[in-house]
Amino acid sequence: MTLLAAFSIFVLSLLVGFEVISKVPATLHTPLMSAANSIHGVVLVGAMLIAVSADNAIGYILGFIAAAFAGMNVVGGYVVTDRMLGMFRKRPVPPAPPAVTAGDPVTESVADRRDAELTR
Amino acid sequence: MSGVENGVELVYLLAAVCFVIGLHLMNSPATARRGNQVSAAGMIAAVVATLVLIIHAGTVKPIGWVVLIVGAAFGAGLGLLSARRVAMTAIPQLVSLFNAVGGGAAAIVAIYDFVTTTTNGGAAEMGSKGIVATVLDVIIGAVTFAGSLIASGKLQGTISSSPIVFTGVRILNIVLTVVMLGGGIWLIAAPPTSDAAAIGLLAAVLVASLAFGVTMVLPIGGADMPVVISLLNAFTGTAVAMAGFVVNNSVLIIAGALVGASGGILTKLMADAMNRSIPAIVVGGFGTGDSAGDTAAVAGGSLREVKADDAAIQLAYASKVIIVPGYGLAAAQAQHEVRELADLLESRGVDVSYAIHPVAGRMPGHMNVLLAEANVPYSLLREMDEINPDFPRTDVALVIGANDVINPAARRPGNPVSGMPILDVDHAKSVIVIKRSMATGYAGIDNELYSDPKTGMYFADAKKGLAELVAAVKTLVG
Repeated sequence: MTLLAAFSIFVLSLLVGFEVISKVPATLHTPLMSAANSIHGVVLVGAMLIAVSADNAIGYILGFIAAAFAGMNVVGGYVVTDRMLGMFRKRPVPPAPPAVTAGDPVTESVADRRDAELTR
Repeated sequence: MSGVENGVELVYLLAAVCFVIGLHLMNSPATARRGNQVSAAGMIAAVVATLVLIIHAGTVKPIGWVVLIVGAAFGAGLGLLSARRVAMTAIPQLVSLFNAVGGGAAAIVAIYDFVTTTTNGGAAEMGSKGIVATVLDVIIGAVTFAGSLIASGKLQGTISSSPIVFTGVRILNIVLTVVMLGGGIWLIAAPPTSDAAAIGLLAAVLVASLAFGVTMVLPIGGADMPVVISLLNAFTGTAVAMAGFVVNNSVLIIAGALVGASGGILTKLMADAMNRSIPAIVVGGFGTGDSAGDTAAVAGGSLREVKADDAAIQLAYASKVIIVPGYGLAAAQAQHEVRELADLLESRGVDVSYAIHPVAGRMPGHMNVLLAEANVPYSLLREMDEINPDFPRTDVALVIGANDVINPAARRPGNPVSGMPILDVDHAKSVIVIKRSMATGYAGIDNELYSDPKTGMYFADAKKGLAELVAAVKTLVG
């Protein structure tokens, strides 16, 4: 891969990153940050490439630290993101209550009950 | 390029596609989890392809395998354990920690490559190999590593979360920047011919970058930390992309650039929601310029204090209640208590929803995670723009540990919160505020909502106060 080709990939990927993210609702910002955090755990690939080309003590030590760091980033990142997102669930039985407007039956029934209990 | 190498490149492309699709699926809560799984599948494919590549090359020494496998397994185990065990309230600091090690790994890739190339072929060799990427990787990776560790420590409370400023910090920062950038430019423009000098120079750049990471984050207050973590997350992505240039690997470049860009966008969104500019946060200190605004206008109002029983009556006989959870709720870990109260009210036919300010909790979206943990369905969580029109029809707005995000002063110019988007809690028919004390929020100004005649102040810790409210509602309705 020439430097120019690599640079082109880099710039285009930046643009894709801007595009694909800009519509995420605030609800998902924390999980999204965590998900993006696990994606840069791909540095594990880089750590693998250096760990296996090492041939002296310094190389082995650096390779070990890099592999451990990257392994922690990638595994921890995906697991914690999955844990977070696993908690986002819809209401189990009834669907969300209808929007309450003035004169809505729900409002009236509450008001009625309130009156009844106040007079009791 | 051999067949195996071509195949590996194709798998890398597949992995990159998985990352993009995975991020795209994060656009909606319904598909977000699948998105993360798609992205994880891409990651596994990339790692397996790399394994095939290095096995095929056949140059790996046995000790190299041991180092790689033991190292990766050790890190993965540690990551798995902490990810499984962490309390949901502690998520931000864990993400920051994972971010730190990712940045550290990226920096090490460049350091290793530099040391090997230098000792094997002389520093002059580096020029053709993209010394620019190496230097950028070391600087960005090291700043991120140190900065994220400090950010994590501040959120965890092991380091004071208030801004730490010492005399001479500005001068120290300038010196560090000069060493960092000057050393880097020297390495790029005129690399020292002797190996020892070249490695020494890189070491100086590395140390200055680590120190700069520390001095950059220390003066920043805890409430700004989410923005800082997001910024550092984007930095790590960029460092990983630089590592991709160093080892000439396409998947590192693509994934790193994706994270760099998305992290940048996210940082901007967070900063906007807090009415802060990213440079102002990094420089540190809130409203260093014009903090003396018209805040005096609110002084002199009297407060109306309410007890649990009064608040319970108001809530139990309301027809529409909006709960406004804030940082105080997250800090007291009262998400289960608030859900219990909401369930109780709903069982009486009260229409309950939650108004989530974009920066409620410790970071944007954090409140949603906390409430999700307490089994609150996400359809009840309403975003600011969506719920603000509902406040005038709301009988009781129950504010739990939120302050600046509901301060009506934000609508007027000339004070530290001016222009910040807020929840229109003051438009509700009545307001109950659960708060530990009259201490000001992050902006350090009084909240005129508290002295509004329709506001009742219920002074209590969020967890205890909510438990008392639940008990009071229960006795009330038997």
